[in-house]
Amino acid sequence: MRRLLVALAFFAACAVALSFLVLPLVALLTDRPPGTLIHELANPVVTDALVVSAKTSAAAQALIIVFGTPTAYLLATRRFPGRALLITLVELPIVLPPAVAGIGLIVAFDRIGLLGGAFSTLGIDVSFNQAAVVLAVTFVAGPLYVRQAIAAFEAVDGKLVMASRTLGAGPVRTFLRIVVPLASGGLAAGAALSLARGLGEFGATILFAGSLQGITQTLPLAIYAEFDSNLDVALSIAALFVIMTGAILMSLKLSSLWRPSRSASRYRYATIASS
Amino acid sequence: MASLSVRFALPLRHYRLELALEVEGVVALVGPSGAGKSSILNVIAGLARPPSGRVSLGEDVWQDSDRGVFLAPDRRRVGFVFQEYALFPHMSVRQNVAYAGGQRVDELLQRFEISRLASARPDQLSGGERQRVALARALARDPGVLLLDEPLSALDTHTKASVRGELAQLLTDFDLPTLIVTHDYEDAVTIADRVGIVVDGQLRQLGTPDELVTHPADAFVASFTGANLLPGHVVRRHTRLTEVALETGELVHSSDHIDGDVNVVVHPWDITLTPNDASPDPARNVIREQITSVVRLGGRVRIRLGALTAELPAASVDEHALALGATVCASFNPDQTRLIRR
Repeated sequence: MRRLLVALAFFAACAVALSFLVLPLVALLTDRPPGTLIHELANPVVTDALVVSAKTSAAAQALIIVFGTPTAYLLATRRFPGRALLITLVELPIVLPPAVAGIGLIVAFDRIGLLGGAFSTLGIDVSFNQAAVVLAVTFVAGPLYVRQAIAAFEAVDGKLVMASRTLGAGPVRTFLRIVVPLASGGLAAGAALSLARGLGEFGATILFAGSLQGITQTLPLAIYAEFDSNLDVALSIAALFVIMTGAILMSLKLSSLWRPSRSASRYRYATIASS
Repeated sequence: MASLSVRFALPLRHYRLELALEVEGVVALVGPSGAGKSSILNVIAGLARPPSGRVSLGEDVWQDSDRGVFLAPDRRRVGFVFQEYALFPHMSVRQNVAYAGGQRVDELLQRFEISRLASARPDQLSGGERQRVALARALARDPGVLLLDEPLSALDTHTKASVRGELAQLLTDFDLPTLIVTHDYEDAVTIADRVGIVVDGQLRQLGTPDELVTHPADAFVASFTGANLLPGHVVRRHTRLTEVALETGELVHSSDHIDGDVNVVVHPWDITLTPNDASPDPARNVIREQITSVVRLGGRVRIRLGALTAELPAASVDEHALALGATVCASFNPDQTRLIRR
């Protein structure tokens, strides 16, 4: 009898938790008739925000992959004093409040900031324009990719890298034909996570880039802007978000890309004991 | 055939690895785990860089620390078969063999009888098949030297014996200077022409399997060849034989001549067991002990009596009714009794 009660309690807790998590998502999709939600997607505020989000996310994602992949590889494969500290610094933006990130970006890159002078002489202006949005998104979402990529590179069996070298492949060919393919699952997972996080970036962007429709107003900023004036538009974008990010997560799961690198052998850990 | 010449010193965490070695034919280095064996192969392949040393294959100098020469692994003519084989899991057998870019992929697949597995992935192969793929891949680059790291440790006992024979035959056919490292003495003597014993980063002895058995350089080498070691001290030297008092009290004789504290070395297969009441040949060394374990290995039986291990044909065990708990007379010839300084 007691066992039954405990089991029931567990199921009840589970039901409450799941309903709590799912209910707002369902409400977002059902609060207004689907026709209204679809109709509002044609609103210029939404289309402008979509364009801004698509452009800035694509640029940020490119920066994250181009700079983040070599960074992650070096951090994953090199051992040096201060490595743990450096990795912690890389991960810090993940847990930092976005507002702090936004202020940090202002005092670093804005006209009045640390690098502002250097940027002005080069003719680069990064405040309240799309470059600022890209920087904000890159700063907040990039560490998610780098962290995942470090884990993916660390999981590649070092013996395979050595084998490639003894088979006549240089470091570049080894990286492209052995390391990247074996880490690809983890890299894709990291890219998907950082893309989803970057699309939703709000705090750092609104502080650093502002919310100018058609210029810096991304989808989350548009929700905030329309919330007071036109709730239908806000709800329409919100519903779009649920579907978009849901699709990103689902595609990640379905493609079951995330498989860690395996050594060709069943006895993987025996290698550690070897001399 | 050019020979591989290796000389280097490499500080490792717990000791300094030092080695000077000429490799012609098939040489196996045997030693316990952590003796630095894999590091030796890494140095030859260029995967580790010792601060001082010289590695050359014939006229080709791969490393010469005095002249600042160090070739990257991809510029050395090395065929490396890694422990667990390190086949690329995301490539087929054919892609693995073709990775090195040689023209002989089909020929190698046929040669190693893996053509039918060409499109299989490494995780679909048996241990023996994986080893053949690893060998084919290592040879695809037409190497000048072959390095094998624990080539048999990934195999289960069932397949090991047949793969071991197969490997020994293949290595003879390749006719390349070959260096194998293994922790298994039996594997080493089956495969290699010469065997070196490596302990704590030092090469203790290098010789043919026969030499290691008949003239072990020290107690460690002797125990690695499977010999019994009985500590004692020399009490008297006769013209032909040396008399040794064992720590267990018995007096034994050896045809070796040294003084002081010694280890008496005797191989299990040189020991004869007879019932306790039979009177043994007075010219032989005799130890009376109780049998503490009897293990049958096919046609042979391994019997432990106290500190002593004897190996006998099964027939002689049955004949003398040697059973657990019985006290027996173990005897061995002074000419087959070696003395090593302790």
